Amino acid sequence: MVDKKVVIYTTPTCPWCHRAKDYLSRKGISFTEHNVAEDREAAKEMIDKSKQMGVPVIIVDDEVVVGFNQSKLDGLLA
Amino acid sequence: MHDLIIVGGGPAGIAAGVYAARKQLKTLLISVDIGGQINNTWGIENYLGYQFIEGPELINKFQTQVSQFPIDQKIGDKVSQVSKIDGGFEAVTEAGDKYQAKAVILATGKKPRKLNVPGETELTGRGVTYCAICDGPVFTGQRVAVVGGGNSALEATLDMVKIAEHVDLVSLTPLTGDPILISQLANAKNLSVFTEHQTVEIKGKDLVEGALIKDIKNGKEKHLDVTGVFIEIGLVPNSDAVKGLVELNKQGEVTITPTCETTVPGLYAAGDVTDVPEKQIIVAAGEGAKAALQAHRYLQRLVK
Repeated sequence: MVDKKVVIYTTPTCPWCHRAKDYLSRKGISFTEHNVAEDREAAKEMIDKSKQMGVPVIIVDDEVVVGFNQSKLDGLLA
Repeated sequence: MHDLIIVGGGPAGIAAGVYAARKQLKTLLISVDIGGQINNTWGIENYLGYQFIEGPELINKFQTQVSQFPIDQKIGDKVSQVSKIDGGFEAVTEAGDKYQAKAVILATGKKPRKLNVPGETELTGRGVTYCAICDGPVFTGQRVAVVGGGNSALEATLDMVKIAEHVDLVSLTPLTGDPILISQLANAKNLSVFTEHQTVEIKGKDLVEGALIKDIKNGKEKHLDVTGVFIEIGLVPNSDAVKGLVELNKQGEVTITPTCETTVPGLYAAGDVTDVPEKQIIVAAGEGAKAALQAHRYLQRLVK
């Protein structure tokens, strides 16, 4: 089974982002994190890919999940 | 049929779950998420046992504790309606699933109040946000507006003046937040404050491009050149699922007795969704415990 590529866009004080990262860690899934508060390029990338400006945005391979939507993530990471 | 359905997985619902499980009630917890409003809270300094704890960490602790008990959980589902049926109650979710129980505890908390102006819904997530603490940093270097006059709006403003190019604070009334926060606004060099101004419209096609506000004293309109709008105008109770079933007060909160009873026997309510005057995590947890114990008492006395 090929591992999924997971990318998460966050800001430092965003509680939902923290919960999303906890969730991924508990599932043993490695992910790349982009802090959009500091990385303006990443912020632009997040807005382009998710068509919106809220965090967190989690991208599993090519699927974009806006917000910590646990049931959707459960399905994508099964 | 379960003994008890708990609607809502914030502190009230989770505390109810722990108490119900320890009374060996066959319990089902249905909630959109675990943690509720705590998910939008960063620093907590007044929950007993912790000098300072971050919202997500506290939710993890609640979640770990409640998962030790044999409670059925349906997380990610939203109950759209609760109704009375023979022998108890039925809860129907937005997905159309139906669950029955002899008793119900409503612990659905509150959600951010909307302005209800043109452009608001269309541009939510596209420059309009109700969680300054989550999304604030995305707007670094931009011109933003904060709508509201209470502590949440003032705190959002004080956070944003540090990182935004400019902040416009718009409040329908004179500022109502803590004086210490209001006095700190005076230090900001990139802030304009518009009290007694109504937010009329949020403009923009794909992303927020501006906001239109109106001086309520003389009707004069003003365009704000902003790309972000933080709406912090208070909270409304999530009582839609029981509207028409139980008594609600003028604010839409479920009225309860000191033992968490609603006007319908067997239906209890706890936490921010009720008319309990203090909307605090520690109060919600206490109310959840009370509701579960009262539900247990009710179930013991039910004619079998």
